[in-house]
Amino acid sequence: MRRSFIERTLAALLRAMEHAAASERLSGGRGFLQSVDPRVKLLGCISLIVAAAVSRRLTLLGVLFVAVAVVALATRIPAAQLLRAWAILFAFTAAIALPALFTTPGDAIGSVAGLTITLQGMRSAAFLVSRVETSATLGLILVASTPWSRLIAALRSLHVPAAVVLIISMTYRYIFLLLRTAEEMFTARRSRSVGALRPAERRRMATSTAGVLLGKSMTLADGVYDAMRSRGFRGEVYLLDDFRMRSRDWGAAAVFAAAAALAFWRGLR
Amino acid sequence: MSVPSLCSLCLCGEFNENTSAPNTSPRPRLMYLTCHHMHIPDGYLSPSTCASLYAAAMPFWAMALRRLKRNLMSRFVPMVALVAAFSFVVMMFNLPLPGGTTGHATGVAIAAIVVGPWGAVAAISVALLIQALFFGDGGITAFGANSFNIAVVGALVAWVAYRLIAGNAPLTSRLRVVAAAVAGYLAINASALVAAIEFGIQPMLFHDATGAPLYAPYPLHIAVPAMMIGHLTFAGLAEAILSGGVVAYLQRADLRLLCGSAPDAADETASAAVMRPLWIGVAALMVLTPLGLLAAGRAWGEWSAADFADPAARAQIAAVSNNVLPGNVPAGLAHLSSIWTAPLRGYAPPLLQHAAIGYLLSAMFGVGVVVLATFALRLLATRERSQ
Repeated sequence: MRRSFIERTLAALLRAMEHAAASERLSGGRGFLQSVDPRVKLLGCISLIVAAAVSRRLTLLGVLFVAVAVVALATRIPAAQLLRAWAILFAFTAAIALPALFTTPGDAIGSVAGLTITLQGMRSAAFLVSRVETSATLGLILVASTPWSRLIAALRSLHVPAAVVLIISMTYRYIFLLLRTAEEMFTARRSRSVGALRPAERRRMATSTAGVLLGKSMTLADGVYDAMRSRGFRGEVYLLDDFRMRSRDWGAAAVFAAAAALAFWRGLR
Repeated sequence: MSVPSLCSLCLCGEFNENTSAPNTSPRPRLMYLTCHHMHIPDGYLSPSTCASLYAAAMPFWAMALRRLKRNLMSRFVPMVALVAAFSFVVMMFNLPLPGGTTGHATGVAIAAIVVGPWGAVAAISVALLIQALFFGDGGITAFGANSFNIAVVGALVAWVAYRLIAGNAPLTSRLRVVAAAVAGYLAINASALVAAIEFGIQPMLFHDATGAPLYAPYPLHIAVPAMMIGHLTFAGLAEAILSGGVVAYLQRADLRLLCGSAPDAADETASAAVMRPLWIGVAALMVLTPLGLLAAGRAWGEWSAADFADPAARAQIAAVSNNVLPGNVPAGLAHLSSIWTAPLRGYAPPLLQHAAIGYLLSAMFGVGVVVLATFALRLLATRERSQ
């Protein structure tokens, strides 16, 4: 049976909360990268994502993907979840890339249902899928191995201004309150609904819920501001980013740097 | 059982993961990816395109940051943070669309209306960064591109459209609801168009030694229609419904949130004064109607099938078109012109023999119909509101 828009919205809100809970649980665990300095992981993962983006060699992308998969397993991301994530990513990126097999001009290597498949189309689809899988796995490793507060503080190492880091940290914190509030509003509405609403009523309900959420967000913003003032906020932003590089962090940084440099060098040749 | 379904709206490669029921497993899953229309993942754009779009977004981020720093001691900072959080959450709303389908919106027009264009650039960029970094929605290398498309282009287009259409209409005016809906529709389509162009230029610029595209594989003539069809219909409609609906709700519940984007809004009592220049303009245009009689020949491009068959008219068309003229009546024009015959054809009712009087009567009739239709709509709207 087709689910109503309320149920689908509820499912989406719950999925977001689940994801955040799962990454918090994993990042607090004991894995290969969990204890490494967040700045090293952030810069290391970004370098490898850029290396994957730059690569003009499919074999290198394949090697990079395998290496990243090993690191993901060492970071204690459950294998079943990893496989599921890859399978879904593969299914959808492949679906996007599928028409390219036929629409890309080039050397014919076969045909399906009268449509010619080209070598260039195959290579193009393979580039897209392997890049997306490798980059998404690196992103997954980053959030699964780093608590959000440490990751946000690590953004300072990318020279993100302190005021922006303050806003990111505030936003991330209140996303969960708003997710919970929205979830409660939709649950409350569903529990009071009997029968089907007319389409115009459904739309009005959805937009009014969004309006109420906006109103609550702004009331919350007022409260946050009052709290900041009452604690003596004078416009100076201080962040808990007292990171210290230990020998293990330097080692990890060296491995990330070597892997990224090798990937750049091989990928561009 | 989990049934993933492909996002039908775009080329983004992201997807909705439809589950038949919310997951109640005690073990949380580290897998959250959902389609937000045009959040470009890593791998679709070349590094140089990504770098260029980071550079393109930079001046707008700098402006937004300047505004933030200037207002660091005011409520502006928590407002931007909470609008970012609101935008993040509202992107998950399934909005019911006409025809029984549903769609997602970004809330970019609402953000622009509530915290202004620079606040919206900051808020939507922050929401996109959190999505990319923590939730895997949109790529990290593509964050500059996503911010440029949605936060910069979207917010600025929404702001300009809203201010232009709403003008200084009263805060409770229905015109503001229409303005917000149009702003949302235009913003999301402008963002989609820019994203489509970014996708479309990839195969032209980046390919390997065999000629295989290295990134998004579809050229402009496929990428632009593929993106725009979904956004001109479903995604645009979802954004219009959300933006218009939230502004309509705020008009009933919290007018103060609309004040920021309407510093010169007229009072409700002054609405007649607001409309006065419009009526004066319409009256002036009616008085000037006879000027149309002075124009010789036909307007360029407004030719009928009969004109292409008439030698004198053909000579005129050729003279104003660099002597480029089809050999015969174009088949499509001949076919389509037979489908509908206007009641006042050539701006002259058939019962009147005098062309000039017919022309003037047609003009007055046309304006009258528009004015009557406007009054009827206004009457309906007022009645609905009073109910």
